[in-house]
Amino acid sequence: MAKQSASMSRALQRRENTAGYLFMLPSLLFFVGFVVIPMILCIFTSLTDANMNSSGHFVGLNNFIRLWSDKTFREALVNTLVIVVVSVPAVCAFSLWVSSAIYKMNGKLLSAFRCIFYLPVVTGSVAVTVVWKWMYDNYNGIFNYILKGTGLIEKNINWLGDPRFALWCIILILFTTSVGQPIVLYVSALGNVDQTLVEAAQVDGATNFQVFWKVKWAQMLPTTLYILVITTINSFQCFALIQLLTSGGSGTNTVMYHIYFTAFKLTEQAGHFGYANAMGVVLALFIGALSALQFKLAKEK
Amino acid sequence: MKISSPKTRAYQAACMILIVILALLFIFPLYWILTGAFKTAADIYDPDPSWIPKEWTLDNFGKLFSRRPVPLFDIFGVTGPTVPGAVRWLINTVFMAVMSMLLTCLTAAMAGYALAKKRFVGRGIIFSLIVCAMALPKQVILIPLLREMGALNLWDTPWAVIFPTVGWPFGVFLMKQFSESIPGEILEATRIDGASELKTFATVVMPMIKPGIGALAIFTFINCWNDYFMQLVMLASTEQHTISLGIATMQSETSIDLGLLMSGASVAAVPIIIVFLIFQKYFTQGITMGAVKG
Repeated sequence: MAKQSASMSRALQRRENTAGYLFMLPSLLFFVGFVVIPMILCIFTSLTDANMNSSGHFVGLNNFIRLWSDKTFREALVNTLVIVVVSVPAVCAFSLWVSSAIYKMNGKLLSAFRCIFYLPVVTGSVAVTVVWKWMYDNYNGIFNYILKGTGLIEKNINWLGDPRFALWCIILILFTTSVGQPIVLYVSALGNVDQTLVEAAQVDGATNFQVFWKVKWAQMLPTTLYILVITTINSFQCFALIQLLTSGGSGTNTVMYHIYFTAFKLTEQAGHFGYANAMGVVLALFIGALSALQFKLAKEK
Repeated sequence: MKISSPKTRAYQAACMILIVILALLFIFPLYWILTGAFKTAADIYDPDPSWIPKEWTLDNFGKLFSRRPVPLFDIFGVTGPTVPGAVRWLINTVFMAVMSMLLTCLTAAMAGYALAKKRFVGRGIIFSLIVCAMALPKQVILIPLLREMGALNLWDTPWAVIFPTVGWPFGVFLMKQFSESIPGEILEATRIDGASELKTFATVVMPMIKPGIGALAIFTFINCWNDYFMQLVMLASTEQHTISLGIATMQSETSIDLGLLMSGASVAAVPIIIVFLIFQKYFTQGITMGAVKG
């Protein structure tokens, strides 16, 4: 490419610049205006004590120091990490298993299964949440009915009101709304595995198990990495489920919900944008660090 | 190819059965929404749930479409006739999803083409910035975004949801992936023929990246329809609500009327599921392309 641009005449380069930037312009306007500027504002505001009415004063790293000793925030962070640590591997393993079972099916059946596992995503978080809330209901929920009917429990369980269960209930819903995209990706990755390598391994007497881990898994690493990253980001951002099901109660507070709560709901200090933005920055750092770690681990392999 | 042993075949059969059961479980919540919408109150609150409605009723939909009267539209101070909130919410949702889709597709197709085929100065930096932004959590910037919208007088209007959706760089990334496959010789040939840049884009590039645009369109439409958090932060007044937001508000106010909630949930979910089923081929393609070298 360097050679190419060196051989380009100056006039041509200028033409490429003008055309390039003109084509980029509409998109850049939106990207800079509504993504880049808010990002910069987010970092900047996190260093102030801004609230709903004033843009606040510069307070240095005070917000971050306060976060460190904020018990509610620490709880929210721990809950968020539990969600991520449980749901990311579960989503990955489950979607890999489903995909390897369905990817060889004929077109119609394959796309039917793919659709079904994608349905909870398309249905939308609000619709999904209201129905799960009913299913978890203490009195007329389907879970208590079935578990009592089969004799697994004796008394009705208040699933979403009980700190022992609430977070796990939310993880289960999050799980069903997260596997759709990974399944689509794994099905296509499995379909693209180099068949000559598979056959060569089989000729050499490799078992199906060996073929899977040594040949197919190795070729799907980039897909797995991508799935890990997107699932991690999604799990960190778990918000609608918390807001609509428990409002952060019964031990289900997450960082994302806590940010929303601090910025809009906390009666005593409503609109603490500076503090809420500081949490946002911490959350972004966590996600960035985890994504980087996943990339590094994948590269070493 | 090796012939599979009885043991592997038994394992495969067991897998199959398990997957069919799981598939049914994945459909169940949707089934429960749709049937719940047609159940009578007595049926819904019966501790012994009925798997199919004992008696089919349209009362829940009647209630959904009779509440919260708002003007049908309000354009430059001209207000339309008064309609039930749910009608306006559906119109709002469709408007936002369609506008986001059109603007995203147009801007992203142009930018993606430029990033893939134009060797302009600063291209590398812009592309790295786009990739970095994609890895960051979108929801973190919602609070600063809210204040920005307030300053621009756009808060509590559909544009407060549409503009950030268009700005989200995934579309540009996706369209760059699709544009990479355009052969350079064709572009060169059109240029030598003396076609202007814009004409080249409209007559040569656009037709070649059509599948990509299809994928991006359906992707944006569904995401915008379901982006609850953004709608919650940006839209406050009842007449600006989307259907998701409307149901969420109803559930916090009337948490006991499950029939009403289920009818609302079906009105929100069914249109988007139909759209998804019609265009799922493009959709799958988009997801896969977005991940290539992601």
